[in-house]
Amino acid sequence: MKICLGIESTAHTLGIGVINSEGKILKQVQKTFIPEIGGGIHPRKAAEHHFKYARELIKEVKNSNNFNLKDINYVAFSQGPGLGVCLRVGAVIARTLHQTLNIPLIGVNHCLAHLEIGKLFCDAKDPICVYTSGGNTQIIGFDGGRYRVFGETLDIPIGNMLDVFSREAHLQHPGGPKVEKLAKLSNKFVELPYTVKGMDFSFSGLLTAAINKLEAGEKLEDMCFSIQEVSFGMLVEVTERALAHTEKNEVLLTGGVAANLRLQEMLKIMAEEHGATFYVVPKQVAGDNGAMIAWTGLLQANYRQFLKIDESNVLPKWRIDEIEIPWIN
Amino acid sequence: MLFKKGAEANLYLETWYGKKIIRKYRYKKAYRIEELDFQLRRSRTFHEAKLLLEARKIGVPTPFIYMIDVKNTSIYMDYIEGNQLKKDMNHLINKNLICEKVGEKIGLLHSNDIIHGDLTTSNIIIAKNGIIYFIDFGLGGFSSSLEDKGVDLHLIKKALESTHYKFADECFDAILTGYKRIVGAEFLQNIKVKITEIESRGRYFQR
Repeated sequence: MKICLGIESTAHTLGIGVINSEGKILKQVQKTFIPEIGGGIHPRKAAEHHFKYARELIKEVKNSNNFNLKDINYVAFSQGPGLGVCLRVGAVIARTLHQTLNIPLIGVNHCLAHLEIGKLFCDAKDPICVYTSGGNTQIIGFDGGRYRVFGETLDIPIGNMLDVFSREAHLQHPGGPKVEKLAKLSNKFVELPYTVKGMDFSFSGLLTAAINKLEAGEKLEDMCFSIQEVSFGMLVEVTERALAHTEKNEVLLTGGVAANLRLQEMLKIMAEEHGATFYVVPKQVAGDNGAMIAWTGLLQANYRQFLKIDESNVLPKWRIDEIEIPWIN
Repeated sequence: MLFKKGAEANLYLETWYGKKIIRKYRYKKAYRIEELDFQLRRSRTFHEAKLLLEARKIGVPTPFIYMIDVKNTSIYMDYIEGNQLKKDMNHLINKNLICEKVGEKIGLLHSNDIIHGDLTTSNIIIAKNGIIYFIDFGLGGFSSSLEDKGVDLHLIKKALESTHYKFADECFDAILTGYKRIVGAEFLQNIKVKITEIESRGRYFQR
């Protein structure tokens, strides 16, 4: 039995998780930076937040009753993609533990970790993954030794679109849950641009149009309802095509926006029409967290993908389709 | 008879006044609200028919259309006997030649300001008589902008990379060779720059 400690710090969340090779989470702690109303995630301020809470979180992990710090076999950190300054905080903590505990250091891709933890908790074998959060929106499936990106946003991610819209509407960050709540109060559809280009989608035009219509006097609830219907519609349509194209029979929803019930409902209807099983990642590991980094670290440790300190620079633009995946046939 | 179940439409093999035809029916999507759903299906049916016809006029083989039923979101068109390029690709001996021909046809579409909108190897059919047909213009449109043409080529490049990754580069180069024959070296250069720009806009592109 091996134990891995994982550190997540790509954006607004600093998380530390400890997991064993049976997939049991032994400890999971996190602190999330919350921007002031009317603002977004300021990278430097978020990094300062992470620095401030790093010692506290490490202490909490150290004092856990489930294991001893010296039982930990590996330390993994999210090496990218993400905000450079934030990623560096996680990297510094990881390198320190690597040296003080004298255990191997593992660099994990954040997107890959979202998929792998989803597969673990849902017991999915070979799904089409809908990975959507504040920083990413991609439709991903495994083929020929790598995760392939079948469709992705050509500009901003859905979570970001929802956040910026709600900021314009003077709602508190994060915007997704507020938009979802308001959308439930309406069923009046306001026309908005629906942009699917082949397998890719775009949300910036939708965002601009929605803000303009809101300012022109449309009701906030109606706009929230319409934004969800249009943007999720685009996402589900592309997922459906990826599913048809690859002939896979599972759909896995993961990432922060996975918590949205309307998106879950739409994907479920679509998956069932194609005879596929729909899975959604459990809430405890849906958003950014350390456990997913730890779990992916364990998978990589089986193939001795260890880093020397001078190879452990953060990779803010690291794509999932650059990585060879040896643990899937 | 249901001939093929697609992601947004079903193809039915039917007889139309004694002729074998395909009825393409864009079906209802239960996950979308009615208003958005019908609006999308109607406009795609209409646009597709129009584009199939326009492409045919300029010499890009597409199925002949017999009837359009916008209200029932159906197009009645010729049945083409052959295989999708996607299925043939892995065991084609003359891959490059076929890809060059595909490139020429895309060049023809683009020099006439027709955007396919969903260029994948599933939407190109090699008929038994060797003619290369283009189908599924449902996401297409008319545009003279370099951006839209660039996105079209970017799509076929991505489709090659995701399903035919072993020889994606080779095939895409062959497509561009054929494309150049129609649009000329200068336009090819411009569009290559545009494709790079489009790719660089994607999230986390490695610079």
